[in-house]
Amino acid sequence: MTTTLKTITKAALLLGLLALLAGCGGGGRDGSEAGTTTSAGGDSDLSGRIEADGSSTVGPFTTAAAERFQREHGGVQVTVGISGTGGGFERFCAGETDLSNASRPIKDEEREICEQNGVDYVELHAVNDGLAVVVHPDNDWAACLTVEELSTIWRPEAEGEIQNWNQVRDGFPDERLLLAGAGTDSGTFDYFTEEINGDTGAIRADYQASEDDNVTVQAVSGSKGGMGFFGLSYVEENAGKIKAIEVDGGDGCVAPSTDTVQDGTYTPLGRPLFLYAKTESFRQPEVQEFMSFILDNNTEIAEAALYVPLTDEQLTTARDSLDQAIAEVAS
Amino acid sequence: MATPEVTSGARPRLRAEGRRWGEDAIKGVLALCALVSVLTTAGIVIALLEPAIEFFRFVSLREFFTTTRWAPLFEPASFGVLPLLNGTFLVTAIAVAVCMPFGLGAAIYLSEYARPRVRKTLKPAFEVLAGIPTVVFGFFALTFVTPLLRSIGIEVEIFNALSAGLVMGVMLLPTVASLSEDAMTAVPQSLRDGAYALGSSRLQVSTRIVVPAAISGIVASYVLAISRAVGETMIVLIAAGQLARVTFDPQLAIQTMTAFIAATGTGDVPRGTVDYNTIFAVGLTLFVITFAMNMVSIRLVRRYREVYE
Amino acid sequence: MSAGSLRLRGRSRADHARGALFQGLLLFSLAIGFVTLGVLLFDVLQRGLPYLDLALLTNAPSTDPQIAGARPAILATVYMMVILLVTVLPIGVATAIYLEEYANKERWYNRLLDLNIQNLAAVPSIVYGILGLAFLVRGLGLGRVLLAGALILTLLVLPIVIVSSREAIRAVPDSIRQGGYALGATQWQVIWRQVLPSAIPGIATGSILALARAIGETAPLILVGALTYVSFNPTIMGPFTALPIQIYQYISRPQEEFKLIAAAAIIVLLAILLTMNAFAIWLRNRYQKRW
Repeated sequence: MTTTLKTITKAALLLGLLALLAGCGGGGRDGSEAGTTTSAGGDSDLSGRIEADGSSTVGPFTTAAAERFQREHGGVQVTVGISGTGGGFERFCAGETDLSNASRPIKDEEREICEQNGVDYVELHAVNDGLAVVVHPDNDWAACLTVEELSTIWRPEAEGEIQNWNQVRDGFPDERLLLAGAGTDSGTFDYFTEEINGDTGAIRADYQASEDDNVTVQAVSGSKGGMGFFGLSYVEENAGKIKAIEVDGGDGCVAPSTDTVQDGTYTPLGRPLFLYAKTESFRQPEVQEFMSFILDNNTEIAEAALYVPLTDEQLTTARDSLDQAIAEVAS
Repeated sequence: MATPEVTSGARPRLRAEGRRWGEDAIKGVLALCALVSVLTTAGIVIALLEPAIEFFRFVSLREFFTTTRWAPLFEPASFGVLPLLNGTFLVTAIAVAVCMPFGLGAAIYLSEYARPRVRKTLKPAFEVLAGIPTVVFGFFALTFVTPLLRSIGIEVEIFNALSAGLVMGVMLLPTVASLSEDAMTAVPQSLRDGAYALGSSRLQVSTRIVVPAAISGIVASYVLAISRAVGETMIVLIAAGQLARVTFDPQLAIQTMTAFIAATGTGDVPRGTVDYNTIFAVGLTLFVITFAMNMVSIRLVRRYREVYE
Repeated sequence: MSAGSLRLRGRSRADHARGALFQGLLLFSLAIGFVTLGVLLFDVLQRGLPYLDLALLTNAPSTDPQIAGARPAILATVYMMVILLVTVLPIGVATAIYLEEYANKERWYNRLLDLNIQNLAAVPSIVYGILGLAFLVRGLGLGRVLLAGALILTLLVLPIVIVSSREAIRAVPDSIRQGGYALGATQWQVIWRQVLPSAIPGIATGSILALARAIGETAPLILVGALTYVSFNPTIMGPFTALPIQIYQYISRPQEEFKLIAAAAIIVLLAILLTMNAFAIWLRNRYQKRW
């Protein structure tokens, strides 16, 4: 080929590729929603900024709430960070944030720092979550496990020792265990270890840990003897790849679901998720509104974020705490 | 600098100049810019040192460097950093085994064999590889490379050092290739021409003339690549695993120093505790290691650099 | 050697074979990079193109995959890259000029500087995050703002720019400089008018690599305060997020659709990078010289 011909061919190929890209772009979803902003219209006499930070588990819930809130109150800017529950508390107790997302209650050390800095807060049980224990879809032997059996598999002493399903219960097949779950720095990890092994942080060190639960899904679905744990939201979305087992917390086998988490029968792996609000921030009307909004629309927000809404009883308790805190500030 | 006056009938007089303050000022400004990097290092050391010292008050240096179990956030805790060092070393070794030879190979091709027009298209295309976010590489390693390795019979665990190392090596290819290629292009053409005139083949010219002449740039690119590999966080965080262990088997999951720092630093551990200060201790270790590594490499480069004029 | 004749040996067959094999190996090296790039791009394009629509570019993030976009993240990344370029190039090139042209290489402090820069290239990005948090956010009191993110990225990629600029300057033959001095030019004039223009290709490569590195970083930004949910457009001194962070967020969501949106966002990221690099590439091609 001559040089000119080569140049022309190259240019043609490039143009063709560009045309292809331009033409093929879009179409994956209904494009009519372009230009939708989450801060459009609504009651615009509220303004200001609300800053939330903390747990990456609770983050999606607060984000869903923020999104909906901003649709109604376009002048308010809500931001959400995920520095982790611990990181969130550090900033919260330094007075830097208005809300702290937490997948565990505040620790004593953290509470002390808040006190030292004069940061008063109210703890709100904002939404529920269930920790599901999942296995490979072809796993037909472990339909229900007791807490003791789970502990046998996951406790520190099992490290290097318990490698096979047939060591867990008589009658289980000879299938290698492949364990995966949340990494050491998440509330999920803290909660699981506390409930199953009795002590936060007590777990065998030889499991596949990941910060991203999607990865845990992948690990479990890739191996017949796989087993993992993560929040309910990931179970629903990955129905074909993994399946949740029933857990016997002492009163029989219970499958995790919105109902069983709410009525407490899915024990001990149903967990509360918290929002800590700085009472000082309640001087700003938008913060008051936001917190009320979260409680008033709890079901809708929880479902959007794939969590388990509060029961009526829990909702009443939360409302009372909130009202009390607001009243204190007003006085 | 004074120059002697040259006077002669029709020629212009070369005036001696006094000291040029402008030049000194420029030198000063440039030196200040150079100071930025010094300040950065100072900042890093300061930011790392205090919490690290606090950590070492709690955990002895001996326990840190000789114990082979790293489980600071478990109960019971163990603070031996060897598994993390092992993990970093393993992944870096694999990455380097990929990017060094193949990066250089690509560079030689682009510089010595490819026609200028081809080079103009290929080189930037290659550099697109450098622009892909490390997050993407991480997921690529996890969701594509690992299954691929399994399908050809290499029994890797879902997280493993091999996938992460291979992908990291490919990610570093542009760094090595681009810089090496720049260095090779800068070798005077007269050297090549002389060799060709003496009847050398392209193979000989590339390997015996150009590469040795450009070795300073090539080694610089290698050092940059190694540094980058040691400090890479995202790829290993996603694909290499979070299981600190001592092993040389690349099929197993490991944990690198960087992955540990990233996971713990953005996690739920309360600040100010020993658990949290592990980040700084590990970070400081990393810093010291790379410092030593770079000291050695600078010596090497200085010894072998060829100067042509 | 006999007096009157020079036997010109033709290339032996073994030589040809070796040459061909060598060339094959070189092409293989190139191929590895390109094949991987091809596979990656194909995967990303295949998944992301259907979701590369106006909504992605104009909407804010959302928990509803149908309307989720990445507008604040895209804007923030573009702003940060611009600030980065404007800051890192002058400082990096100036440092390189100082080290190569002015510094006395025998002095211990210059050697230390050398070592220092190379070392900085190896510091993990998360440590830069710690640095940024301690000194930029808290120390200088900037707060968790976009500027802090841009500055910390500048520090992160500074060594890349310095190293490549140094190599570029080093490669300029000394005869050029001597010629300039002989004509009575000052040191700075020689640098500004002779050395730097010749070094432009290498500096351009450095900026390309630096930009590529910076645009994909997440860890240091998170520590300096990048958020995961921001629905309004960023300002330089305001809260911010970044495109790679948004991508990671979407990839980690359980719903399958979000992973596809993430792929589309990756395409946008690459497009931003390519656009910014296009100028550098043009510069490089224009000023490339063979000595």
